[in-house]
Order: sequence, then C-alpha cells, then structure tokens
Amino acid sequence: MEEEHSELSNVERRVRALETVMTQKGYIDPAALDVLIDTYQTKVGPRNGARVVARAWVDPVFRERLLRDATAAIAELGYSGRQGEHMIAVANAPGRHNVVVCTLCSCYPWPVLGLPPIWYKSAPYRSRVVRDPRGVLAEFGVTLPASTEIRVWDSTAEVRYLVIPERPTGTEGLSEEALAALVTRDSMIGTGLARAVGET
Amino acid sequence: MPYVSHADIGGRSGFGAVVPEPEGAVFHATWEARVLALTIALGATGRWNLDMSRSARETLPDYLNLTYYEIWLYGLEKLLIDKGLVTSDELSAGCARLAPVPVRVLKADQVAAFLARGAPTERASLTPARFKLGQRVRTRRTPAEHHTRLPGYVRGKRGVVERVLGAHVFADSHAQGAGEDPHWLYTVVFDAAELWGSEAKPGHSVSFDAWEPYLEAA
Repeated sequence: MEEEHSELSNVERRVRALETVMTQKGYIDPAALDVLIDTYQTKVGPRNGARVVARAWVDPVFRERLLRDATAAIAELGYSGRQGEHMIAVANAPGRHNVVVCTLCSCYPWPVLGLPPIWYKSAPYRSRVVRDPRGVLAEFGVTLPASTEIRVWDSTAEVRYLVIPERPTGTEGLSEEALAALVTRDSMIGTGLARAVGET
Repeated sequence: MPYVSHADIGGRSGFGAVVPEPEGAVFHATWEARVLALTIALGATGRWNLDMSRSARETLPDYLNLTYYEIWLYGLEKLLIDKGLVTSDELSAGCARLAPVPVRVLKADQVAAFLARGAPTERASLTPARFKLGQRVRTRRTPAEHHTRLPGYVRGKRGVVERVLGAHVFADSHAQGAGEDPHWLYTVVFDAAELWGSEAKPGHSVSFDAWEPYLEAA
C-alpha cells in the first residue's frame, strides 16, 4: 500500500509539473481544461447512445437510416464530433451478436458512449475478445446460445462502431425514455445485453 | 533501432481475466481528468496528429505495465519534448526556463466547437478502389518498421471485403510525418479458423478496418 501510494503521488506530481509548465509557456488556457473535463464528466456519456438505440427501437425508419449512415442519423439527435466522425451501427438480432474492441489502443465512439471504461482499454479484454469472445462474455455474465454467430469488430482505423442491442421482450408499451433506461453502456459495446423490464 | 509497438496485443494470452466496471465513474483520480484535458488541449496546438500520439504511446518501453492515463501522460511528455515545445529539464523542474514557441492555444470558449468539429479522416480519392465488395483478399505478411494499424494477429491472413469505407488519411504515413497520403479503407472479415486454427469455434468471425496498402488480392 505504502509503495502504491507514493507511486500515485509521483504521477500526480508529474501531472502538476506538466500543467504548470504548459501554463507558464502559454500553451494552454487552464479554463479550457476545466471545460473539457466537465464535458466528458457530465455531458457526453453512454446515455447519449442509449437515446440513439431507443429511437432505433421505436422508429423503423430511423433505424434504417442509422444502419445506412450512422454518422448522419446520430447527428440528428445532436451527437457528433471528436471520435465519432465516422460512425457505423451494427445491429444484434436473434442468432447474431456483435462485439466491439480496439486491440491496438482504445478507439471508442466518444459522442455516443463517452470515455471508455478501464477494462475496454486494458490488455485482458483487448487481447482475448478477438480470440475467445464467448469466454470474455462469460466474464460479463453473458451467455449466448451456442448457435448464435458472434462478430468481433476491431476498430483499427477512424471508423467507430455502435452496437444496437436487441430490444427486450415485453417492452411494447414503454416510452422512448423508459426504453433508453434499459440500454446499458456494455450492451452498446456488445459485452452486455439490454436490461429486461424490472431488472436493475 | 527497430520500431516496436507494445500495444499490438490482439490474440496474445497471459493477461488474466477482464474486470467489468459499473457505468458511471469516468475518472478514477483527479489527475486522470487533467491528463485527458491536457492531451486534448495540447493536441489542439496542431504540432502533431493523432497517429503520432498513438505512435508515441505504443512505443513506451513499459507500456504493458502502465495504466492507461499513465500511457497518455508519458506519451504526451514525449511528444512535447520531441516537437521542441518543452525540454525534459523543464518538466522535471516543473518550471518553464526557455521562451515558448508560438502555438495555437485552445481557449475555453472554443472547446465546444473544437470537439464538435473533430478530425474527420475521409478524403476525396484520386484513384478508384482496387478491391470490391465480396472480394477475397490477403493481408500483408511482413511487419511494418513504423507505426501501423495492421494488427499482428491478422497479418498474412485470408479474408473477404465486407464494406468499402471511402478513402481515409493513412495512419502509417500520417504517423511518420509523411502527410495524409489517403488510401481506400475496407472492412475485411475473417473466419475465426483462419486466425486461430483448430481452437476456433464455429460461427465466430472477426473484422478489422484495413487500408488498401495492407491488402493484396487472394
């Protein structure tokens, strides 16, 4: 613990030193850093993607546009820009499941999902999901029928992928907002499924 | 010195189990948020591009022992030093000693527009796409001596062109400062057996996005 604590402090000191020198040099506007942090902490996150998915569940015409030109369809809901410049949406269906990874770094569709969770950027997920997706999904508590085909999308270029999970059964009467609440971050990466009604 | 990326880990074993994480926590320490913001703000100076950033990070010798924001921090320091914006002495002292070089500074009121603009990589192509939908292709066998986005686990493998994604800034050239050099980009899909042999389970396929120079007709 002692060592871990001092190691962390070392990184903190290094970040502080960097920020100080950058400010002294006039390379950064410290207020801009605060705006950037606030953006990714409070404005841009997986609730954006959940709204896209819920819209696709209730509006077949939107769903078709989303599958044809995801960048434009997602922009209709107001989500676009950095790390979502070229979007592709891939839909799960009975017998077909999609999972997204970036084996080479941490490419992730920021405008719809925000910043990636730690596991998405870490070696265990990046190394194994391309080779043993069922084993990795099991670590997320997801078991798919043996007959389900699994496609793993390695986002090696500047195209970013959003998984449209299957709509849970028994949700016919739900509002778009209530449906969005069933759409988890992991279900839009493909390491989870959308929640069933009443499941937390 | 040969170019070594420590980030190309697709298909490797020995990294242990995945640790899922609840939705919600974006940063796990205050300094991580500062590193993210510094990386974006200093990237806005235009002194390097995203592919150079990736190259700076993946060549950190202790890459696999670092947390992700440590990788970003050390990659950023390396770029700032390499591009002449700061010296390592200044960073260790925590104090600017040399006059700054002129750079574009991202102001707080420009952040929203800057993020909304992003950095699209699709470009008009001067040549027709060499490969067609459904065409069988083979990926290049030889490793690159520079930053590349052709992962090792798909080198020398046979797959099928599934989508033609337009011409895009070519990461390999862009990372080396050789300009945008746009090339056609394709989604190429492989049957798992082609990648993993007998251990592959049926009904499993993997795709990646490949620039034309990574491919040849199979």
